[in-house]
Amino acid sequence: MHAVRRKRLLFIVLIVSLLASALGLVLYALQQNINLFYSPAQIAAGEAPLETTIRAGGMVVEGSLARQPDSLTLAFNVTDFQHSLRIEYTGILPDLFREGQGVVALGKLRADGVFEASEVLAKHDEKYMPPEVTDALKSRQMTSESSY
Amino acid sequence: MTRFMFPEIGQFSLILALFFAVALATLPMVGYFRQSRLLLNTARPLTHIMVCLVVIAFLLLAWAFITDDFSVLYVSQNSNVDLPLRYKFSAVWGGHEGSLLLWVLILALWCLAVALRLDSLPQTIGPLVLSVLGWVASGFLAFLLFTSSPFVRILPDVPTSGGDLNPLLQDIGLILHPPILYMGYVGFSVAFAFAVVALITGNLNAYWARWARPWTAAAWASLTLGITLGSWWAYYELGWGGWWFWDPVENASFMPWLAGTALLHSLVVTEKRGVFKSWTVLLAIFTFSLSLLGTFLVRSGVLTSVHAFAADPTRGVFILALLVVLVGGSLLLYALRAGQVRSSVNFGFSGREAWLLLNNILLSVLTLTVLLGTLYPLLFDALGMGRISVGAPYFNAVFGPIALCLMVFMAIGPFSKWHHTKLASWWIPILGAALLSMGLAATIVFWQTFDWLTWCSLSVAFWVMSMTLLDWFNKQFMAGKQRLNQWRTLPSRYYAMVIAHFGMAISLVGVIMVSVNSHETMLKMSPGGQAEVGGYVFVFDSMELIKGPNYLSDRGHFQVYQQGHLVADLHPEKRFFTTRQQVMTEAALGAGFTRDLYLSLGEKLEDGAWGVRIHIKSFVRWIWLGGLLMVLGGMLAAFDKRYRQKRKKA
Repeated sequence: MHAVRRKRLLFIVLIVSLLASALGLVLYALQQNINLFYSPAQIAAGEAPLETTIRAGGMVVEGSLARQPDSLTLAFNVTDFQHSLRIEYTGILPDLFREGQGVVALGKLRADGVFEASEVLAKHDEKYMPPEVTDALKSRQMTSESSY
Repeated sequence: MTRFMFPEIGQFSLILALFFAVALATLPMVGYFRQSRLLLNTARPLTHIMVCLVVIAFLLLAWAFITDDFSVLYVSQNSNVDLPLRYKFSAVWGGHEGSLLLWVLILALWCLAVALRLDSLPQTIGPLVLSVLGWVASGFLAFLLFTSSPFVRILPDVPTSGGDLNPLLQDIGLILHPPILYMGYVGFSVAFAFAVVALITGNLNAYWARWARPWTAAAWASLTLGITLGSWWAYYELGWGGWWFWDPVENASFMPWLAGTALLHSLVVTEKRGVFKSWTVLLAIFTFSLSLLGTFLVRSGVLTSVHAFAADPTRGVFILALLVVLVGGSLLLYALRAGQVRSSVNFGFSGREAWLLLNNILLSVLTLTVLLGTLYPLLFDALGMGRISVGAPYFNAVFGPIALCLMVFMAIGPFSKWHHTKLASWWIPILGAALLSMGLAATIVFWQTFDWLTWCSLSVAFWVMSMTLLDWFNKQFMAGKQRLNQWRTLPSRYYAMVIAHFGMAISLVGVIMVSVNSHETMLKMSPGGQAEVGGYVFVFDSMELIKGPNYLSDRGHFQVYQQGHLVADLHPEKRFFTTRQQVMTEAALGAGFTRDLYLSLGEKLEDGAWGVRIHIKSFVRWIWLGGLLMVLGGMLAAFDKRYRQKRKKA
């Protein structure tokens, strides 16, 4: 082969393999790191996988927050007004966490039906409602309206 | 009561500004195609008038904030009588409408800057660039007026005190962050305008790259500073101690930065060698498109993030339409014109062109991975496959390796020569620098017992530093017939590169160290108690209640000891903002060159105990120090005197 052509071919092979490995990396990482959202109703219906990192959320039930006396471990319930879900968390809650408001938690569902959160998110605007929670609440409303 | 006319005057001057922007968008264009010098020359006065009108509108809104004119809806939502004056001023861009006005104001200021430098451009090019900027300005002024005017009144029931600014935004970082970030975002519109004009006139010679370079460098420097400030603000204000969250809105500003970095480098090749011409034009269009996409993502509320304001669908649709028209239009123009462009110069695969090409490929791949991760949840939702989020692990896994790869090549690029480099002449210094960096990294890793990934990344950081210095030394003293004691003046654009590359390496050291060498705990502490974290003893002395201008605060007193010596007094706060009934954490920092002590309060628990979050952040300041060096580099490149010469008389 001509020297220039061989060089050019080498260069193209280099670029293609670079792009291919980048693409592989992207696909692999996406597969590992997508976190699906489940509403309390979906979890109650058994749709959510166990021991997999997922997100769950809803309105925090008034009066449900309970702390352990000697550590930062706490638990609270979230609801979509249809079913409720117990969430356990160890750590500091965000400033905007309040009973009666929407939250989203990232964590794993245990076999006993308790959601073990590694992160609790309440967004930085008190008027803000996570869209997942809004959807979960809306779908509840629609089903209850149709049942009247 | 003339004061009460001010908001109406503001609204009116915005409407007038829209008319002048439309005139600017059309008249010089018509002038170019009809070859009428008269029409072309309208560009400058039209720009001046438009800029004046926008500035008037902005000042009147600021005046409404400063004088507590709560009859203006936007003011009443985002300000309060008790708000300190500096925050009243920054509250102008604390909400959707005002930040959009700021966007338009900064676009106007860039237009003005171009208009002032018009004499350095050929007689037809300058007015056309202004005219293209006029398209962008018309689009955004229309967006501002039709969907989100900041001057809407609430009459006759004028509130007396106002809803207050979001406490998160009551901070010095937020006075500075948005304007500087927008300077960068919007500044890429100038490079975009140059590219579009090059396409319109079909005059894609190396000159357009030369004119576009300083503007791109200036915009890039501002964007870098804006991102650095934003990261710093998030670090101390959000109370979690993180410096980058891969939040969609951060990504929205990061994508134009990546594309802009690629553009800076490809402009060099186009100017110097006349190759990659059509690619550079395309990149200029993409960079500004990503800025617009960023604006769309942030302003439309389609993505959930810290920065999302309450969503309004009409705004999303409008700005999406604007995006489609501007991006689609310029890409169509590109498709029609780019075929005519021929690169006459061939380039060798060992020359600097090839290294810069590699830089562009890698930066484009990085931009795409961030774009994919940011838009994937939207796509997933649109296809009805459920609600997902793509978290930081994705970005870290993908971005890290590719960025490291880029930095390995970044060190070699400056060493290479245009067209062709003789490998034999530089393999010894390269090998030396490589061994030195790996050895130094190995020493640190062995001493601190880090893993091999840390060793790899640290080696890359040291490699970039040593190669950059080596190249400088080489060019300063060795090249040509220079002797060691002879000092010659290298151009400031060369120093720009050296400083920016070095800054990048410093940031990398910060990023590595903060991720592998930090300590973090959350624990329950009572006054009188103490805790040891990473060799530091934190003593919780007491709590006190203090009163701020618009908040009440629980303030803690902590002392930090290292080997018995007092190293810092920390005063973290938990503020309760009375108007919005909102709680805010104010973290306390013990800043240092090699580590930050970071302490923030959680909730108040029973018996006066508090949840406390303690971090030891290793080398975290280096991240921003590197950022500032990159800014300095960008500014040096922008003000290189080569670009300041006036137009020669024909």
